[in-house]
Amino acid sequence: MSKIYSLGIDVGSTTVKTVISDENGEIIYSKYQRHFSKVKETAEEQVRAIAAEYPDALFKTAVTGSAGLGLANAGGLPFVQEVYAAFVAINKCYPDADAAIELGGEDAKIIFITGGVEQRMNGSCAGGTGAFIDQMATLLGITADDMDELSLKSEKLYPIASRCGVFAKSDIQPLLNQGARREDIAASVFQAVVDQTVSGLAQGRTIEGKVLFLGGPLSFLKGLRKAFKETLKLDDEHAIFPENAPCFMAYGSALHAMENGDKTYSAEEIANLIKNAVMSDSTVTGRRLFESREEYEAFVERHKKCDLAYESIETYSGDAYLGVDAGSTTTKMVLITPDGKLLFKHYVSNKGQPLDVVTKQLRRIYELIGDRVNIVAGAVTGYGEELIKAAAGVDYGVVETVAHYRAASFFQPDVDFIIDIGGQDIKCFKIKNHAIDSIMLNEACSSGCGSFIQTFALAMGYDIAEFSQLGLFAEKPVDLGSRCTVFMNSSVKQAQKDGATVEDISAGLSSSIIKNAVYKVIRANSADELGENVVVQGGTFLNDAVLRSFELEMGKNVVRPAIAGLMGAFGAALYAKEKAEQEKRTKSGLISKSDLETFAYTTRQANCKGCTAHCSLTILTFSDGHKFISGNRCEKGAGLAAKSNVPSLYEYKYNRLLSCVEEKPSSPKAKVGLPLCLGFYEQLPFWHRMFTDLGFEVIISEESSRKTYYKGQHTIPSDTVCYPAKLAHGHIESLLERGADVIFYPCESYNIDEGGSDNHYNCPVVAYYPELLKANVASLNEDNFICPHIDINLKKHAVSVIEKAFEKFGLTKSAISAAYDNAWNALKTYQSDVESKGKEIIDYARLNNMPIIVLSGRPYHIDPEINHGICKLITSLGMAVITEDAVFRNVSTPKLDVLNQWTYHARLYRAAEYVTTQADMQLVQLVSFGCGIDAITTDEVRHILESKGKLYTQLKIDEINNLGAAKIRLRSLVAAMGR
Amino acid sequence: MSYAVFTPEMKDTHTILIPDMLPVHFRLIASILDQYGYKTELLRNDGRSVVDEGLKHVHNDTCYPALIVIGQFMDALKSGKYDPNKVALLISQTGGGCRASNYIHLLRKALDKEYPQIPVLSLNFSGLEKGSGFQITPVMLFKMLFAVLYGDILMLTYNEARAYELNKGDSKKVLDKWIDIITERLEKGGFAKTKQTYREILDDFAAVPRSKEKKPRVGIVGEIYVKYSPLANNHLEDFLLSEGCEPVVPSFLDFCLYCAVNNVNDGEIYGFKNKTTFMFGIGYKLIYAKQREMIKVYKEHGEFTPPHDFEELRHYADKYFHQGVKMGEGWLIPAEMAALEEGGVRNIICTQPFGCLPNHIVAKGVSRVIKEAYPQANIVAVDYDPGATKVNQENRIKLMLTNAR
Repeated sequence: MSKIYSLGIDVGSTTVKTVISDENGEIIYSKYQRHFSKVKETAEEQVRAIAAEYPDALFKTAVTGSAGLGLANAGGLPFVQEVYAAFVAINKCYPDADAAIELGGEDAKIIFITGGVEQRMNGSCAGGTGAFIDQMATLLGITADDMDELSLKSEKLYPIASRCGVFAKSDIQPLLNQGARREDIAASVFQAVVDQTVSGLAQGRTIEGKVLFLGGPLSFLKGLRKAFKETLKLDDEHAIFPENAPCFMAYGSALHAMENGDKTYSAEEIANLIKNAVMSDSTVTGRRLFESREEYEAFVERHKKCDLAYESIETYSGDAYLGVDAGSTTTKMVLITPDGKLLFKHYVSNKGQPLDVVTKQLRRIYELIGDRVNIVAGAVTGYGEELIKAAAGVDYGVVETVAHYRAASFFQPDVDFIIDIGGQDIKCFKIKNHAIDSIMLNEACSSGCGSFIQTFALAMGYDIAEFSQLGLFAEKPVDLGSRCTVFMNSSVKQAQKDGATVEDISAGLSSSIIKNAVYKVIRANSADELGENVVVQGGTFLNDAVLRSFELEMGKNVVRPAIAGLMGAFGAALYAKEKAEQEKRTKSGLISKSDLETFAYTTRQANCKGCTAHCSLTILTFSDGHKFISGNRCEKGAGLAAKSNVPSLYEYKYNRLLSCVEEKPSSPKAKVGLPLCLGFYEQLPFWHRMFTDLGFEVIISEESSRKTYYKGQHTIPSDTVCYPAKLAHGHIESLLERGADVIFYPCESYNIDEGGSDNHYNCPVVAYYPELLKANVASLNEDNFICPHIDINLKKHAVSVIEKAFEKFGLTKSAISAAYDNAWNALKTYQSDVESKGKEIIDYARLNNMPIIVLSGRPYHIDPEINHGICKLITSLGMAVITEDAVFRNVSTPKLDVLNQWTYHARLYRAAEYVTTQADMQLVQLVSFGCGIDAITTDEVRHILESKGKLYTQLKIDEINNLGAAKIRLRSLVAAMGR
Repeated sequence: MSYAVFTPEMKDTHTILIPDMLPVHFRLIASILDQYGYKTELLRNDGRSVVDEGLKHVHNDTCYPALIVIGQFMDALKSGKYDPNKVALLISQTGGGCRASNYIHLLRKALDKEYPQIPVLSLNFSGLEKGSGFQITPVMLFKMLFAVLYGDILMLTYNEARAYELNKGDSKKVLDKWIDIITERLEKGGFAKTKQTYREILDDFAAVPRSKEKKPRVGIVGEIYVKYSPLANNHLEDFLLSEGCEPVVPSFLDFCLYCAVNNVNDGEIYGFKNKTTFMFGIGYKLIYAKQREMIKVYKEHGEFTPPHDFEELRHYADKYFHQGVKMGEGWLIPAEMAALEEGGVRNIICTQPFGCLPNHIVAKGVSRVIKEAYPQANIVAVDYDPGATKVNQENRIKLMLTNAR
């Protein structure tokens, strides 16, 4: 009889692994191979190879892995869940291990072994995995291995959001554009993965003892291993990186098969089962892009008409204007004649070094133009605007939206809608009365853009042009829907499993980008909403499949200029011309040819010491000695004195709130701790007065910072809750550190009733977060954490709740009752102080001709760690800042189309209504990522404002502090206001 | 924005479309509306186009149930099956501090552009949306209570029977037969002889030949729509059956009782008494008595697992949480988790819409406490949203099931 072996097949999201073990569980064969999404073929190929080597052997077998599930079902092969497979292998090889961490292509898992076996997988937000690392490497223009090498030479770590690849990108991009060292960024990416694993997966359980690290990324990336070891404080003895880590799950499934398998197969049979596996046909087929070649050719002809005239740079003599678009991943440059003819164009990926690209091209331009051309002026737009302006002496900076509008109106003077899809972002703007009326930018969960197709093309082994061309005549384009990048990976995987071809997927991806743009970013119900004359631009629209998908989805033809990818630069050049004419400039201040030859710069990192925000600064020193500082939020960091005294109510409110806890009783009964989070950002004066009057010393938690967040990170059970709530965990730790005898944090279903609304609820998170803290912070108990359900509108009830909650201090009803009255007065005083300061700011702004921004949100948005200094950004643009609670009492609630039942949100509607009555005011709404209720309020606030001719600007904020997108919006707002 | 109102005349001309949330219960409720002269139709459209329509018409960040419900309506309207001038849409409204109370407004917004003539009806018991031609009379309400009771016993017993049935499809036959019988009985009054009817139902399911094999029992808790609607949870019950498990879905009546008792609790927690607390107090007692009655029949019969006793649920809520947490499914989720664990159902899937606010607190936030109290508990939270793929969800459930065995 032939020998019986056991064959484990691990089909993961990016690789296929096979392992053969003998009857003693020894590995006698193993193979690891990337499948480039050819899941079935690769798996079959590997098993065939085994068949060739072991023609007579019989195997027990089990399939595992995320892509293995479908394959096993369809092929009728046994399946074992991969985490369990890992567990089996761990028990065999490392019986003394305490925990194991496995990172795969798209999954992250933790297995706790000692102290209760528990196996966890990441939820649906799949940051911090192999795919995430690959994405980040692509962003840096290097391979994951290069990134690994770089990371080992890092000197400094930057905070990078790891929860979401899209967030991480927006953290990294500005760093790159500011010239931060790639070594440091590489190491920061790995650190982000570690943080994500520790906080997102461990969720309160400490990872300690002997820890096993498994999966591809952890066995290949030294930098990642280092980061894990350092963060978890493991020495070599306790951090184990098994040699067979990449094949560990395959080995586990082999062991599982040995133990449990009842059937044996020859390798040949297994290969045939895989080959014949018919995947369920659940993939939905979308519309074909073109029915025929002819149709495609007509389409190409039609779009050819929108091109610029060209002029040879080698013969032309006369004036010219320079336009630079230093975008997030690409740098675009044009040189045009005064009548808009194109002399020079350049479009290149900046590989994270935009300045080098620009200086190189400038040298080329100077060579080409000789003495024939006079560059009159230049303008720069995009993320790298300030850097390029400072380094290369470009005359003007212009916000992207304005640049794009200038360019679009060159092609279509009556343009009323522009959609620009670039590598990293989608920008859409509506044009009304020849000015930008509203802007829509993509956000975390609506992120599918150009780079996204590129990443897929590369993963499937194609270059981008070839890949998108494939989609044009796809027979059955798969309908991938519109979803976040990470989810898209699994959708594509599912489609492939179901037998979709590369062509079908290519076409499907093109249309999913469009669906994402139309339904998630623009949020249009029909084509008519976009307007009559639509201009599409951005590099992604050069892809015919994407362009066609857009036309099909909208049911109308659109204008795509042939220089779609250069529109930002072209618009900047047009802007330079306009400005130069206004200013009668004759010669650009651009860096000269001779200075360019000796141009060099060095980069240095530092922390700003201007205020408590301690912004992380990047300082570039150029060869001529001048400096460029970035990363700062206000003028201080840039080494400048604050411009002028532009007032902001945010700072006032924050300081006014904190100042109220200064008063303490002489011989306090005990220390009552109030966490400085969520609802306390408004009710602090109330509770402080109450407890102080009752003879307690009130202490509050530390002022929020990133450190506060890290302090409580390990007890956060839900990683998709909003950042203000996450910070609460750190504030609890802080109060414990500060020696609070009891922490008081009431549950309040009902907020203050201010009238004019259908109800006065808190949102569920604000209302019940104390319950969550009690359930998840191990150091809290009945004695040190008091969280009664209370409605402070009802005096009698509130008094008896406090009496009962503080029973052991023997408070009398009458004392509490008196304290309650004083507490209300304290709250009222605080509120009226805010209002009168608001009035003062309005008066001052009007006297000094400053526009006023009502920066609206929730009370807790005054926390600088939550608003990331957006209020400073606004004042630095010369606009005064007030808050919603300073003005909403001036008007009553407008008629609404929604149920108006939350106190904080009711204020928003009234503030919006008030703004519509004030000519010099605009409203900017701060929205915390993950706030489900704001999905409702934002639409309503927008409606109130826009129906009365006001602009609506929404800024979404999260734990990341990249203000790039906020800046674009705010500067566009300024541009729109100035029309 | 002005919207179409359902006038009394429309009763004769319009067909009322009902979303597919609880397949059994809603069929019975629809039949009651039919008896009172309304024309109803329970929607059954499914698939990608429902999600796509939802994405088109609802804000991207809005929770999945809103997206699916509205998507299902829009997809149906666009199918051409209905004359837009002769349909109305029915949607439920709970009236709590959760976004769900706003679904009706979101639906109206979605209709505004293309179908401004279509009226939207609110099914609620909190006095919202007064002044519509669609009014639930006390008798109708009473009948609906019975529809829920019968719906529960059918759903519960059907799930338990079909997991073990020897001939595939036997239990379904019993279910279909009883839906017809009950529809008929509700028409004739339906309040009499409920105990007798319960017994007959249990007998019929008991007669289905079933295996004695031990199967992992998997409880399903979570956000109300995703928990019950196969459209939203990717046919979770069927998936569990195909994996050789018995799905245990707690009764819908619990949610009704939860809504009712929250009004009573409010009075107790915040120290007031008024008409609402009084009325709901009476209503609660009445419905609870009906539940007790059903449990009693179950116990006497002895063949199937009875639904949870609601007072016990309240007791668990107090033990591990607080009944003051009343937004969304609030304290009901931890209470159901505890009751399932107590009843020997170790494995629990907590279904929730991605980013659901109350669920941060009452589901993910509370599992640690439940796991501490019941070390054997095997709980997995599964997120549902338009982007989540079935593969991803099933893989997580598979991991949970591996632990279950």
